Amino acid sequence: MTEAVAHSWFMLGRNVRNLLRQPIWIVTILTTPLVWLLLYSQLFRRVVELPGFDTASYVQFLTPGVVVMTAFFTGTWNGMSMINDLDRGVVERFLATPARRSALILGHVAQCAVIAIVEAVIVLGIAYALGARIDAGLVGWVVVLGAAALVAASFAGISQGLALLTRREESMIAVANATALPLMFLSSILIAPELMPGWMRDVATFNPVNWGVVAAREVVGPATSWGTVGIHLALLLAFTAATAAFGTFAFRAYRRTL
Amino acid sequence: MDAIAVAGLEKRYPKGVRALDGVTFSVRGGEVFGLLGPNGAGKSTTVRVLATLTRPDGGRAHVAGHDVLREPAAVRRSIGYVPQQSGLDREATGRENLALQGRMHGLGGPGLGRRVEELLDLLGLADAADRIVRTYSGGMKRRLDIALGLVHRPAVLFLDEPTTGLDPEARVLMWGELERLAVEGDLTILLTTHYLEEADRLADRLAIVSRGKVVVEGTPEELKQGLRGDSVTVELGDGRAADAEAVVRSLAVVHGATLDGRVLRTRVEDGGTAVPGILSALEGRGIPVASVTVSRPSLDDVYLHYTGRDFRREDEEGA
Repeated sequence: MTEAVAHSWFMLGRNVRNLLRQPIWIVTILTTPLVWLLLYSQLFRRVVELPGFDTASYVQFLTPGVVVMTAFFTGTWNGMSMINDLDRGVVERFLATPARRSALILGHVAQCAVIAIVEAVIVLGIAYALGARIDAGLVGWVVVLGAAALVAASFAGISQGLALLTRREESMIAVANATALPLMFLSSILIAPELMPGWMRDVATFNPVNWGVVAAREVVGPATSWGTVGIHLALLLAFTAATAAFGTFAFRAYRRTL
Repeated sequence: MDAIAVAGLEKRYPKGVRALDGVTFSVRGGEVFGLLGPNGAGKSTTVRVLATLTRPDGGRAHVAGHDVLREPAAVRRSIGYVPQQSGLDREATGRENLALQGRMHGLGGPGLGRRVEELLDLLGLADAADRIVRTYSGGMKRRLDIALGLVHRPAVLFLDEPTTGLDPEARVLMWGELERLAVEGDLTILLTTHYLEEADRLADRLAIVSRGKVVVEGTPEELKQGLRGDSVTVELGDGRAADAEAVVRSLAVVHGATLDGRVLRTRVEDGGTAVPGILSALEGRGIPVASVTVSRPSLDDVYLHYTGRDFRREDEEGA
């Protein structure tokens, strides 16, 4: 167990370092959430005038949504790093060492959570400058960052699994494109649940992306229901464990084909 | 005890490709053993089984005393595996690559630092240690690959096609490096190659692999001496060449002859005494001769002898 943690930690260090050496990725990671936040908050500024929003500031409403959405997209594309490692023979090199198998996946998943947290801090900082506040204070920040990390990690697990099963960039891109937007719109990222059609609201209750949004938005708003926060974070945690298991299963399937 | 013992290894891939068809050989501790064969013969698959990456469908294999199927973890601790495709982190420096590999083998602290320095020196990478691997030449990458394989002082080192993809100059340099490694300590090296000269120069003993089977095993000298006689290679001048093969075959001293373009290869008992007879027979039939070479049999001849097939042609077909 401790060895698995240590090896995952080494792989996390490797992945973060390799990322930092590629400036284009840093620029992308830093600017994408900004673009989302600024574009959406301007485009839909007057949407809060509709009944159903309990805030007069759309930025205030949108911030937790953009944090979770950014984390979700980051997770969805995480499998590309595994495709890269497979193509370059990195996975095989480590398979011939005592490196823990789980660490090869968890290192990528953990890196994704770290990126999501960095992006969340940036979004929250800009949102603060635009006037948004987290009413629950410091604990609220922890909840928002935790929700972002869990959403990113859970979808990273799925993405890693798909990467190992398909082993092709094209397949990964197809799956990511086909699922990302539906899951985003089947959530209350952009709009209050009260304004969604009934069936969409129903579907959203089963959408892990929405679980993250609900938990994060709960601590941003004035009257935080900690029960709601707890339930949704627990759901996300369970989902993350399940997708990590899927990633591990896919890794075993991959090794059997060698 | 043998450092590597392989018996009856079989591997089938989906679509019915038989990669290994009963591979058997053994490697003594401390020796450099070559698996020589054309592309597609099953060399890499054999090494991948020994490195615990691929599960065989049949047969048994022990590496450093451990069963590759039952004790893969123990095997992984005892081996260094240098794959054909390097698997380096291109965005990391040489030193960082080595340190991570060491950590995965349980090294750490000052011990790891010292080992990394040692290997950088050993493989001539000290000056490039803090450069990003992306900027390395092909030969430097290959040396770093080998350093990664040695970081935990393994008992057995697998080198899969260590010089494939290197230019001729870098290849000769690499041979020098590998010869130095081979004499250090009691490291056992198993290398695969489809270069006959490479096997000849580096391997203490070798096994010739063809179509998933070991066809013969021995020292390069034994294998070549196993073929009686010499090779006489005659390069024909301009003019009639077509019946040259038949002409020399009719001579009693000639055991065999093949004509490939303008090059006539013959196998004879004793080169020195056979050459005059061959030359006068050719001249007598009006076939001009440009040059004559007498040589001891090469591993090409060994391959031809045991498989009945031409090594280079098979190598190109398998690539």
